[in-house]
Amino acid sequence: MILEAKEIFKIYKGVNKELTVLDNINFQVTKGEILSIVGPSGSGKTTLLGLCAGLDNQSSGIIKLAGEPISQLTENEKAEIRNRKVGFIFQNFQLLPTLTALENVMIPMELQGRSIGARAKAIELLKRVGLGGRHDHYPSQLSGGEKQRVSLARAFSNDPEILFADEPTGNLDEESGLIVENLLFDLNREKQTTLVIVTHDLELANKTDRIIKLKGGKIVSDECIKTAANL
Amino acid sequence: MNWQLIVKTAIRDSRKDRSKLLLFMSSIILGVAALVAINSFNDNLVRDIETQSKSLLGADMTVGGNKPIPESLIASLDSLSSEQSSEVELFSMSYLPSKQKSQFVKLKGLTGKFPYYGNFLTEPTSAATSFKTGKYALVDDGMMLQYNLEVGDSIKLGEITFPIHGRLMSVFGNLDMGSSFAPSVYISGEQVSATKLIQPGSLVNYKNYYKVDMSTDLDEWKKERRQRFRNESIRVTTVEDQRENLQEAFSNLNNFLNIVALISLLLACIGVASSVLIYVNSKVQSIAILRCLGMKGAEAFMVYFLQIFVLGVLSVIVGIAIGSIIQIILPIVLKGFLPYEVNMTISSSAIIKGFFMGIISTTLFALGPLLSVRNITPLKTLRISDDPVKADPLRWLIYGLIILSISGFLYSLTGSLLNSGILTLGILAAFLILFGVAKLVTWCVRKYFPKNSSFVLRQGLSNLYRPNNQTQTLIVSIGLGTGILTLLFILQGLILGNVEDMGAGNQPNMIVFGIEADQNEEMESITKSFDMPVIQNVPVVTMELAAWQGKTKKEWMQDTTRTASRWAINREARVSYREEMSEDDELIEGTYTGVYNDGDSIMVSLDQRYADGLDVEMGDELIWNVQGAIIKTYVGSIRKINFRKMKSRFFILFPVGVLEAAPQFRILVSKSPNKQVTADFRNAVVKFMPNASVIDLGSILVTLNDIITKVSYVIKFMAGFSILIGLIVLISSLFLSKFQRIRESVLLRTLGASEKKIYRINAVEYTALGLLSALTGILLAVVGSYLLATFVFELDFNLSWWPILGIFVFIIALTVAIGLWNSRDVIKRSPLEVLRNV
Repeated sequence: MILEAKEIFKIYKGVNKELTVLDNINFQVTKGEILSIVGPSGSGKTTLLGLCAGLDNQSSGIIKLAGEPISQLTENEKAEIRNRKVGFIFQNFQLLPTLTALENVMIPMELQGRSIGARAKAIELLKRVGLGGRHDHYPSQLSGGEKQRVSLARAFSNDPEILFADEPTGNLDEESGLIVENLLFDLNREKQTTLVIVTHDLELANKTDRIIKLKGGKIVSDECIKTAANL
Repeated sequence: MNWQLIVKTAIRDSRKDRSKLLLFMSSIILGVAALVAINSFNDNLVRDIETQSKSLLGADMTVGGNKPIPESLIASLDSLSSEQSSEVELFSMSYLPSKQKSQFVKLKGLTGKFPYYGNFLTEPTSAATSFKTGKYALVDDGMMLQYNLEVGDSIKLGEITFPIHGRLMSVFGNLDMGSSFAPSVYISGEQVSATKLIQPGSLVNYKNYYKVDMSTDLDEWKKERRQRFRNESIRVTTVEDQRENLQEAFSNLNNFLNIVALISLLLACIGVASSVLIYVNSKVQSIAILRCLGMKGAEAFMVYFLQIFVLGVLSVIVGIAIGSIIQIILPIVLKGFLPYEVNMTISSSAIIKGFFMGIISTTLFALGPLLSVRNITPLKTLRISDDPVKADPLRWLIYGLIILSISGFLYSLTGSLLNSGILTLGILAAFLILFGVAKLVTWCVRKYFPKNSSFVLRQGLSNLYRPNNQTQTLIVSIGLGTGILTLLFILQGLILGNVEDMGAGNQPNMIVFGIEADQNEEMESITKSFDMPVIQNVPVVTMELAAWQGKTKKEWMQDTTRTASRWAINREARVSYREEMSEDDELIEGTYTGVYNDGDSIMVSLDQRYADGLDVEMGDELIWNVQGAIIKTYVGSIRKINFRKMKSRFFILFPVGVLEAAPQFRILVSKSPNKQVTADFRNAVVKFMPNASVIDLGSILVTLNDIITKVSYVIKFMAGFSILIGLIVLISSLFLSKFQRIRESVLLRTLGASEKKIYRINAVEYTALGLLSALTGILLAVVGSYLLATFVFELDFNLSWWPILGIFVFIIALTVAIGLWNSRDVIKRSPLEVLRNV
């Protein structure tokens, strides 16, 4: 298993009462699987993604990412795991504004200490996502779709074992969204990465292998689409 | 740690922000420049003391007092020196026949080749020596200019009229403070007696100058004879004494200037801290992304620490360069306080001090907000918020280090742990009070927010407490400079106002002293001829205290256990006698005895301060030497004198019936209605009795104004640094918060607000900022000046509000002008800027 979540609770303590955002979440993800997590706004999708990626700590329960019980690790240990094994794609692209497209893609490799060869690989990835001639442009000089493609290139630059995508097409128009989607799945197929997508777009969700539906912080269904389709 | 990546990321990340960072570092440049300029100036000053001490004294040694040097000492001094000169100094009226005007002067009669080192600076040059060859006078250049005198004009001193042989441009070792009150006039020492200005009771200072054989250890010589000199009330000053005195005086000046520079630097550092906080807050997303991608907290911290540190070093270096240049201005600013021209060179110790102080303070103040970088969670990549970064608990360690570094710097100035501790606490208290007042003021704005007023007013005022606002920092920095300036203006006004009050109403404003007994009637007649009242006409007898409480003065001087002060013991007593106590004096103890009857003990009345100085009580015996005659008296009463009234005041009062036959002169106190009458009266007195001196309140005011203006000019110059730094902090904080303002401005415009409306909103914000800053500073200045006036200077606290109002309006106008100027670019941005940033 690349990702395991067992009896996960996330509770926020307010002034007068507690707010349970995630209520007893349990699931596992096998290596190479493409999973989508869907649900209405406020269902806890993004919170769950944050916990699984080691960006936040659960109130109780165990999460294992790439075999490591991440909630027991220090922040630096979690950062190490994210750098070596995890890729991210965000709804708001989250590119570093003061770095060029090329530098943004190179960052995960440089963080690993792999400066040699990083540039060449980054250029290759940018070409792969159709931005070969834009490597020296800053994020402010790119359109939304172009920014998300740079983000894609960055996400795959450190050859992650698992990639988390939070509403990857949420801020894009239909055409750009489709381009990004296709690139995401193509690259994922090439790299054999496990992919976890958080989305409210059912069309995108239906392109994945499995859909976990959340509502009110609970899993209401966990369905393997490909298996069902095959059946 | 991946240092290569850290450096790379630091460089890349700062690409778009270098101008922002440079701007806030400019406050550091200014603070360091002030520190280096002051220390460099001081190093040059102290270095020059070594070379200039001899020429400042003009001789190897001076010996002087208010009596001619006793014969018993002369032989000892004669054997010591190869050459000697003498000087007689007294204050007197002078009369200018060609102008028909009189002037109170400091007359110096010089005999011998003095100065042995250095020169009088005169025009023509030859007058520096030729005035001693005959009946000639050297007159202060200021007085020559004031009365439009030329070389060749006459000046009457006492009975003798002297042609003016030259202008006295400067006398080494003398400051020109107070010269407008009593400018210097030099004549040959041989001419002094002919003027007949020295009468019994005249205030005369006698000084001898000695050029000594190089092999003599003067300080050792002086040490062996110290007691003897003290017994004779003789002051001996060697070159080493002069050097020490100057070093002490300049050390005090240097400490004061350094403290002001330190405050400027601290203000700059506060600006840096607030700017770094804004900068870090603007980088939260970038830091969260880097953390998300795998950068460790410590590495992320190092990226930004490196940026700030490198720019800090660059700023300090630039500050040092600027400080080394502007040190040239300081001698010009301090001209009235320096006895010699200072040769300015680059001082390596000042540079080193400025470098370390600048680096340490910049780093420590930047560390506080930088520490929070370590704790920025990668979760912020998923949830974008405008919440400011939480403060790191380690910041208390940083605060402790800051306090230690301030104490360390002050210790290097004072050399005393206690003094540096007190000063550190004082500085901390000042800043805490400022922050406290700033916090209170912003709380009041929030609490009493005008909810029912216009949108423009509400929006402008709410910007004062928006997240990431710099309101308190700006109030402190601009408020401090405003406070210092206002305090100066207030104190200056209070001091001058209190002196002016002395002449208000029926208060006397004229004193004539040195009137001989046979001139008294004529003097009263002249006074009345000008329709001036004779408010007081009292006799003055000069005497010395010979013994008290059973011991002679000599025995007391040798007594190491005595508690009496030397000033009280050595004081040449000028005593009066009267039947009744003055209505301005307050009887503290005993009964005032106004009339002496044969057979009674002579009961004298003493001023409380004098009695305390002499350590005598009611009933103690005091024996006086009245110019050869010995009189035994007892302390009959103790009074408290009101020094604010312009009348003759006497520390010692005798009853009538004791001193009438003693050699004496008289003092007459009167009131002149206007300047013209004062001038005419003075001329008349000088013509009739040239030995008498006329002191009028107007002259005192001019001198006081002169001195206070010089002192306050220096302080205002330094306070100007504080205000300038405060304004830089204002500009930098406006610049750094530009993106937030752009977003707001564009959103408002998208929702329908015109450019004009947005300008008005900004104008409300900056007016409020300027108003709160000025108000804070003025409030503290008023409280501070009240405390100083009441408990330190003992002045009547009557404020003149016009200068305060002027400062208030000026600060607000300046803040608004700078704020609106900065806003131009923000308001002109297109809405697309906002969309691209989302």
